[in-house]
Amino acid sequence: MTVRHIIGASVPRKEGWDKVTGAARYVDDMALPGMLHGATVRSTIARGKIKQIHFGPGVDWNEYVVVSAKDIPGKNCIALILDDQPCLASEFVNHPEEPILLLAHPDRPKLRKAVEAVSIEYDSLPALHTIEESERQSTIIWGRDNTFKNFLVEKGDVDAIWKKAAHIVEGEYFTGAQEQLYIENNGVIAAFDPKNGVTVWGSLQCPYYVHKALITLFALPEEKVRVVQMETGGAFGGKEEYPSMIAGHAALLAMKSGRPVKIVYDRMEDMAATTKRHPSRTRHRTAVSKDGRILGGEIEFTIDGGAYATLSSVVLSRGTIHAGGAYYWPNVRIRTKAVATNAPPHGAFRGFGAPQSLFAMERHMDRIAQVVGISPVEVRRRNFLKSGQTTTTEQTIKENIDLDRLLKRALELSDYAAKKKRFAEKNKAGTNRKGIGIAAFLHGAGFTGSGERYLNSLVGAEAGADGIVRVLVSSAEFGQGTNTVLCQIAAEALGLPYENVSIAQPDTSVVPNSGPTVASRTAMIVGKLVQSAARGIKETLTKTGLLHEDYSPEQFRAACKEYIATHGALKSYARYEAPPDVFWDDEKYRGEAYAAFAWAVYVAEVTVDLTTYSVTVDDFVALQEVGRVLHPVLAEGQITGGVAQAIGFALYENVVWQDGRMMNNQMTNYIMPASMDLPPIRVFFEENGNVHGAHGAKGIGELPMDGPAPAILNAVEDATGVRFCSIPLLPEDLFEALRPEFNEQAVPSSVRGIA
Amino acid sequence: MRADPADYRLVSPGNLLGALSLLASEPAQWLPIAGGTDVMVLYSAGKLTNRNLIDIWNIPELRQIEVFPDRISIGAACTYTVLRQHEIVSREFSLLATAASWTGGIANQNRGTLGGNIANASPAADSLPALLVYDAVLTLISVRGERRVPYRTFHTGYKQTILAADELILNISLPRRFSKYFSHARKVGARNAQAISKVCLAALGQVANGAIRDVRLALGSVAPVPLRLNETEKMLTGKEIEPSLIDAARKSVLKEIRPIDDIRSTARYRSAVACNLVTEFLAKLAAEGAAA
Repeated sequence: MTVRHIIGASVPRKEGWDKVTGAARYVDDMALPGMLHGATVRSTIARGKIKQIHFGPGVDWNEYVVVSAKDIPGKNCIALILDDQPCLASEFVNHPEEPILLLAHPDRPKLRKAVEAVSIEYDSLPALHTIEESERQSTIIWGRDNTFKNFLVEKGDVDAIWKKAAHIVEGEYFTGAQEQLYIENNGVIAAFDPKNGVTVWGSLQCPYYVHKALITLFALPEEKVRVVQMETGGAFGGKEEYPSMIAGHAALLAMKSGRPVKIVYDRMEDMAATTKRHPSRTRHRTAVSKDGRILGGEIEFTIDGGAYATLSSVVLSRGTIHAGGAYYWPNVRIRTKAVATNAPPHGAFRGFGAPQSLFAMERHMDRIAQVVGISPVEVRRRNFLKSGQTTTTEQTIKENIDLDRLLKRALELSDYAAKKKRFAEKNKAGTNRKGIGIAAFLHGAGFTGSGERYLNSLVGAEAGADGIVRVLVSSAEFGQGTNTVLCQIAAEALGLPYENVSIAQPDTSVVPNSGPTVASRTAMIVGKLVQSAARGIKETLTKTGLLHEDYSPEQFRAACKEYIATHGALKSYARYEAPPDVFWDDEKYRGEAYAAFAWAVYVAEVTVDLTTYSVTVDDFVALQEVGRVLHPVLAEGQITGGVAQAIGFALYENVVWQDGRMMNNQMTNYIMPASMDLPPIRVFFEENGNVHGAHGAKGIGELPMDGPAPAILNAVEDATGVRFCSIPLLPEDLFEALRPEFNEQAVPSSVRGIA
Repeated sequence: MRADPADYRLVSPGNLLGALSLLASEPAQWLPIAGGTDVMVLYSAGKLTNRNLIDIWNIPELRQIEVFPDRISIGAACTYTVLRQHEIVSREFSLLATAASWTGGIANQNRGTLGGNIANASPAADSLPALLVYDAVLTLISVRGERRVPYRTFHTGYKQTILAADELILNISLPRRFSKYFSHARKVGARNAQAISKVCLAALGQVANGAIRDVRLALGSVAPVPLRLNETEKMLTGKEIEPSLIDAARKSVLKEIRPIDDIRSTARYRSAVACNLVTEFLAKLAAEGAAA
């Protein structure tokens, strides 16, 4: 008996029952015998030299375990790409909230007072807080020129096109930092024993990133570091690199105290100290023909990486490759850089650089339309990438994608033309202005360029004597559906019911390294490997004659039982193999950047309230081509959640900075949109397949983060006629732009206000 | 949680006299806690400096609503949920019921109390402009006795009030003479729910023979205290609502308010929106008057 339709069916989430019944165990639900609680003493200044550390009165310091950089047995760094970020600052601090000391105590509430009783004297050094300040290089805070990474992409001959241009269109665009705001804050438990080394249980995305960081920090062999992912309450990239830091901290305290140590941040600490989306600035200068075709252009994309390199180079890479959007550029020069400032390092967040550069591209397309005198729809239509054309990195689009058709369908679904006309009429009176805007874009799935080749992912499957097949991957579930989708793929490959497949808890002592759970790569890349590994199990059984085609689950179970009795464990592994026709040049940044792109056209309808200057998104159409939808409910959930998060990015979420420190590190003052602020988000898919993905799937996790912000700002411009180029776009910004003449100084300033 | 529970003392006398005696026994040492929606936020952030707390949640006198022919008396520890569900409050004091619906989420409304909102004295509190326009009278009580004070005299500066260290707010009394007024409330926050106001307005008005017979305007988040716009009201009374009057009202509003730049908004934005909200109210009042 073959079980059909597991792929494409909305089967129940593997961990869903435990989550809704409260049985799921998160790190703070776990306790080990004799466990201590840990806390972190952090820098209070943006940059300086540590002069002296005082342990103040009122605290019995004998009760506390104290760890400083001197206690680190290996290298004092969070190993990732450049290894420049210390685990604990020893001599200098480079951003506010930088960890300096670690404290542990059996009684959790006793830690806060002790943290506050530590005072640190510094010699302050000048600090940099914006991209512009960093570029000016009035002081050098990192490397030789405050620059973590540069990329240059060149295609054709840009310098020759300016004189052929009917229009030269320039624009400058900005995006702000954004906090991931997963429900569960960062947290880990670590244990240490001299014989077995370090074990960490944590809320995390990438068990093997933490594994690598701990090996370096403790100078231990691979087998003496074990990392286990607990149930994880959201991540969005915010648990890609930071868990290596908190895991290192807990493990150092565990080693020194000889007892397990738990560190779980509260919301204020998590918001202030951990990573956020990179703020960005993009400059476009575009040569356009009389009829609105892009002849070529220059794009300058710069991101603020914060104080250490961490993942900035790869975030920059993705932003660079997506900077030209879904359009054909015969000639282009893209110069990009990631610069250092004295803020906590910015890091991974859904979209990973692409939402920033695509925001600029999609706002700029509307600008080009205005200058040329054609509609936002027409300017896109005339410039869309077509099958057989090349991207900015000269990757030939081999798949059969018809963006024109996608755009046409999105316009129909949103009733674009009729609304545009109706709004223009309605806007002549009243205190509301309505507008509608579009964004067309793409998102590359999997690691950039040669990334997947370097990752060299390995995936396993193991059948038990009970006929249950367990998927072995380090890919983590954090709400997006990893467990469910990978089990669906394995079940389909094995012809077994979904219930006969399970997935192992990610534990580096059990599962192989299937790579990090990032970059919209899990369903597509890891899924394909799961399919191969599962097929391997079946082949082993058929080759040994234990199983024949068209078997029932019962026959499969009998075959597994017999195989295991005779041969021992029944396992199968599959390793990533790069497609032979994929070429990428890391030096010239040229070639096949991604094995597949997902494509989308989004339409946002907004109301601008002229009484409060607030923008409400009234309706949202999200249409995307994603290869194949493996699980309709989860896929729609990914898009809906991503659009909601991107509405926050566009209109609500504002990190208030002061000298490199987040001042509004509480959910009362850092405003994310809630249910009453969100429109109906109408999700539609097209499925063209993808030869590189399991069952034709492409990545979709990050895609919905890219389009909403420019679509919404395009709609705001349609409503108000004012060109906004910076997000978050807050009511205060709209007010200043719409009412520049407003004079509130009805009385002399000396008697106004209070401090 | 940044506070150490071992540092705090919580006493729950369960009756009014017990609470008042304790407040009087050690002057200024005790902080009353009812629903805890303000106190526990400070506690959780490790910023609650009062170490001695008196639980007044379970004191019957503070939890009752009494309806008299000429007024309604609301016990200080009545929650927003109770206010929202109360028939007379919703019918005759819709500005208060609406403000209660704005405050926090459902959980906050189940715990947060009107008296707590008054005593906490935040200029951004949602329910306080409504109390100002309804001419609320507070009964304050201590072991020394009771006193009745007009609510408009209660706030003396930013987070400063006339409440003595040994006093509790017993109840809030609202005269039942506004049911015929046109009422309008609007909150402008950073999102549509669960947000602290950037500006909020409570307004009442009556138009007779084409002219404003009576008007009452109060704003939150535009001054160190919840603000009744006395001068603007005076200027509007007796006049016909027309564009020039609205312009004059906007100028007058700007003279009365004293907004600041803070983490939530700017003084300029608050000023402009305060004017716009008053404009919106006057336009609606005019339409109402024309329809009547």
